[in-house]
Amino acid sequence: MKSPLLKLVAQRVGLSVILLFAVSLLIFVGTQILPGDVAQSILGQSATPEAVANLRESLGLNQPAYLRYLEWLGGLLTGHLGNALSNGLPIGPELWQRLKNTLFLAFWAAAISVPLSTVLGLIAVRHKNGFIDKMISATTLLTISLPDFFIGYLLIYFVAVKLGWFTSVSTVFDGMPFLQRMNAIVLPATALTLVVLAQMMRMTRAAILNVMQSAYVETAQLKGLSQFEIIWHHAFPNSIAPIINVIMLNLAYLVVGVVVIEVIFVYPGMGQYLVDHVAKRDVPVVQDCGLIFAAVYIGLNMLADIFAILSNPRLRHPK
Amino acid sequence: MPRQAKRPQGSESGALLDIRNLRIEATVYPPGEDPRDIVIVDDVSLTLTKGKVLGLIGESGAGKSTIGLSSMGYGRGGVRITGGQVILNGRDILKGGQKGFRQLRGREVCYVAQSAAAAFNPAHRLMRQVIEASLKHGVFSRAEAEKRAIALFKELSLPDPEHIGDRYPHQVSGGQLQRVMTAMALCSKPDLIVFDEPTTALDVTTQIDVLAAIKKAIRDTGVAALYITHDLAVVAQVADDIMVLRHGKKVEKGDTRQIIKEPREQYTGALVSVHEIPHEEHKPAEPILSVKNVTAAYGGGQVKVLKNVSVDLSAGQTLAVVGESGSGKSTLARAITGLLPPMEGSIVFDGRPLPPRLGDRKKNDLRELQMIYQMADVAMNPRQTVGTIIGRPIQFYFGLKGRKRDEMVRELLDKIEMGSGFFDRYPAELSGGQKQRVCIARALAAKPKLIICDEVTSALDPLVANGILKLLLNLQQEENVAYLFITHDLATVKSIADSIAVMYRGSVVRYGPRSEVLTPPFDAYTDLLLSSVPEMEIGWLEKAISGRRMESAGN
Amino acid sequence: MLDIRRIPPTALLGIIITALYILVAIFTPWIAPYSDTAVVGDVWAPGSAAHWLGTDNLGRDLLTRLLYGARITLFIAALATALSFTLGASLGFTAAVVGGWFDELLSRFIDLIMSIPTLIFALVVLSVLPADTLILILVMGILDSTRVFRISRAVAVDINVMDFVEAAKLRGEGKLWIIFREILPNALSPLVAELGLRFIFAILFLSALSFLGLGVQPPASDWGGMVKENKDGIVFGVPAALLPAAAISILAISVNLVADWILNRTTDLKGGRGNA
Repeated sequence: MKSPLLKLVAQRVGLSVILLFAVSLLIFVGTQILPGDVAQSILGQSATPEAVANLRESLGLNQPAYLRYLEWLGGLLTGHLGNALSNGLPIGPELWQRLKNTLFLAFWAAAISVPLSTVLGLIAVRHKNGFIDKMISATTLLTISLPDFFIGYLLIYFVAVKLGWFTSVSTVFDGMPFLQRMNAIVLPATALTLVVLAQMMRMTRAAILNVMQSAYVETAQLKGLSQFEIIWHHAFPNSIAPIINVIMLNLAYLVVGVVVIEVIFVYPGMGQYLVDHVAKRDVPVVQDCGLIFAAVYIGLNMLADIFAILSNPRLRHPK
Repeated sequence: MPRQAKRPQGSESGALLDIRNLRIEATVYPPGEDPRDIVIVDDVSLTLTKGKVLGLIGESGAGKSTIGLSSMGYGRGGVRITGGQVILNGRDILKGGQKGFRQLRGREVCYVAQSAAAAFNPAHRLMRQVIEASLKHGVFSRAEAEKRAIALFKELSLPDPEHIGDRYPHQVSGGQLQRVMTAMALCSKPDLIVFDEPTTALDVTTQIDVLAAIKKAIRDTGVAALYITHDLAVVAQVADDIMVLRHGKKVEKGDTRQIIKEPREQYTGALVSVHEIPHEEHKPAEPILSVKNVTAAYGGGQVKVLKNVSVDLSAGQTLAVVGESGSGKSTLARAITGLLPPMEGSIVFDGRPLPPRLGDRKKNDLRELQMIYQMADVAMNPRQTVGTIIGRPIQFYFGLKGRKRDEMVRELLDKIEMGSGFFDRYPAELSGGQKQRVCIARALAAKPKLIICDEVTSALDPLVANGILKLLLNLQQEENVAYLFITHDLATVKSIADSIAVMYRGSVVRYGPRSEVLTPPFDAYTDLLLSSVPEMEIGWLEKAISGRRMESAGN
Repeated sequence: MLDIRRIPPTALLGIIITALYILVAIFTPWIAPYSDTAVVGDVWAPGSAAHWLGTDNLGRDLLTRLLYGARITLFIAALATALSFTLGASLGFTAAVVGGWFDELLSRFIDLIMSIPTLIFALVVLSVLPADTLILILVMGILDSTRVFRISRAVAVDINVMDFVEAAKLRGEGKLWIIFREILPNALSPLVAELGLRFIFAILFLSALSFLGLGVQPPASDWGGMVKENKDGIVFGVPAALLPAAAISILAISVNLVADWILNRTTDLKGGRGNA
């Protein structure tokens, strides 16, 4: 009974692995084989020919491209992320530290936004076209229209500067006490939550409403069940898959939103790290960060699909 | 849940259900206009005594489902009951509010939907859903309810009644699911069941089994029923009385025998004789189309859907291809048009072999072989006017433009009995029958020798379908065009075909002139198919069931 | 037909504000009180009669900068959207109609690009490309065309399987007739709504890039760049950075209102009873 399900899940995981390899190739191609001389464009037009030649040498640009790709990929698979161009230090430890910080921030943003948006989405369905529902539509429109940095700076301006409740710079460091660390991420976590909350709510609402319009919900109504029983027993079991899908997609979105938010709050996470090194044209760091962001994104999308497969009664109970 | 303390059995008149002067309205939102209210049901009254079956019949838009659901205080898609009384077991349920509705739904009145496949929750096992209402209203304990459900499964002759409740909806066939839904409605011992087109979505050979099962269950449990359908022959098998509805108003009401034998109103009479179209059978002549040993498959030869099919169609005549869903009859049309090139066999058209692929055929081949579709709605580009739709083939094949083309379009509009006033209309502004007429005109505009008609009347109400068939026959005489008529509706076939091919699982099982095909001795499948077509006759169902030789495919 | 009284007030407001922005962007040099690069006062001076909105981090007139910011932002976003639509829609439609390996190959490639978050991909590519407005437009347009490809392909595939398209094929019509006369007229409404959404996305995306210092390069500045220039003032209580951010938000809300309305109109046209 279980094997077809297992096969589907295995297929989906396999697809993600293939995708990840393809993405690594794409990122490599994107940074290496673009028109023009990479070394020249990194150093700018005013660089001396010697400097360019030196950089070419240290980037290994004199080797054929496929060798450099294999070298990079081999390093990644064995845990060697290479050295940064800007300071010559190994990328691994720094990146790992930053990734932990980013995941910490994203985790708490998700811990607030996921339950909150699900509950609010359910309330919106329960009181469809009512006041709460209208409010939710209005805030959704607002937040999908506001740039992430507007939300961030509004928080800083009003909460940190005018009210003086939190600091505008979210410094965290190793060995920081937990509570202090939590205190430091209150504003960025709030900003991140606001960035994804409305979208999540709206999609949750749409997912449940879609189910509420199906014929089996009418059947339940014609059995004399109460509104609560209908939502809980009949709509909810069928909405779990789409809701989880919504959550995963928004978590993926959150991973991207984190880049801008980290820059605003000067939070030492991976987004900040990536942006700094894009400005410095530090290609090895950019490649590694880009691949890790993409991996998280692909992983979350994969989880969404796997949940959808697992919760489908047609697949769980084949004929 | 507390059991309802007191349920007065019947009102002073002895009626279980007494609907008086019912009026139901809805708000529609026509595009580009202000929303307005329309009346869906207008001043309809009916009474139903305990244990009786009342058939509600009418075409789409007659308000029959809306009336049925009003007995549960339910309005689908935002319709509102704006007048009259619905008296059930002696009390006006419209005064009870939402709480009152919830108490009677699933307890006093239950519902059987047209599509049980959609009406069951895919996430739960069947048993849980079947006994849900009984538990909710405290009619039975769980054990009692499950026992009753299994007994009902047996009563409805479902396979493996002990365990079918453990399955999920998608694990059960459509015909079985429809019977499980009937069991679900019966489970809480209601006084009344509303059957809303319960067999319409089923194949004809499955329909007869479900119909028989429903009839037996109604008789054995003594429940009263409102039986809603558009098919008079079906309702004549199960109903004691019949009410004919049109445009939300009552046309006439009487006992079943009176309605089908001595209809008082002209409209009822038209419904009774809807399948009677005068047509003289032609003798086979020179074939315009010869399909020889055609085999076709989807998925690169994986799924064979046509197996060694050979048929001939004489010029200016009608070949009907009949079969149930999955018989391959529509695939035959795709093979002939070149949309699905056959793997083997040949297609000879007007004496010349046709290239298998559509892309390899000459413009003249395409012109002489036209097609009309089942869903006229989607067969026309919604952004083109009727004039453009009909005019395009004239311009495309004959290079005519401007006034000459428009002149021909107007002639064609007259031919399909619509008139040139429709020239600038869009498809959305036409009725279902008018849309299909425009599609016929578009096919005729190419001056074809053969038109493939793929279920062209299946989506239409019986009277409208009847008009389309008569039009097609008239046009055949005028233009000498041949029809390849694909349908699942044997009643249609009997009235208009010159020759018939019966298809079953991708093969032609019987083929010849109409009179021969419809004369015994039959092969087993043709017998099953012919005997499953409901006839406008009381007692037909029992006769048909007892005389069958072969199990239907839906079981 | 379209009747101005039938446009809901929210959509009307959206149309008016969007039009206002476009007019400002076109006529900036004639409206702006100062030159956009001239230093005319103190750093972060508060609003006054001479400088309604005050001055920026270098003492330039903030109102003038905002007006020029509108011009730059809208110009780049419009070109990027035009590019993404031309590219995405033509490829999407062709893939849907031609089908087969062409569709398969293109769709898988688009899947691949879309499996990297757009912002991350842009950052990766911009790390090696010269900082140049043309390059910026190309990167934004090409990356966003993936979304346009998906939606236009999906819309076209839906229409392509309808019987009226099959009827046209059976008639012997060519690919061009099928794309332009049968499919396109029916795909227009959803695509127009999508155009609005893509335009907002382009503005938000450009602002984010400029805010991160990778978009428009100084001394010229779009709104995102202005936020970056003035963000340090916020901790001193100077709200100069909030103004360009608000300008983006108002435009985005307006365009969203219009797009919402067009989308609703589309579903209305298909018939049905609205949200009864």
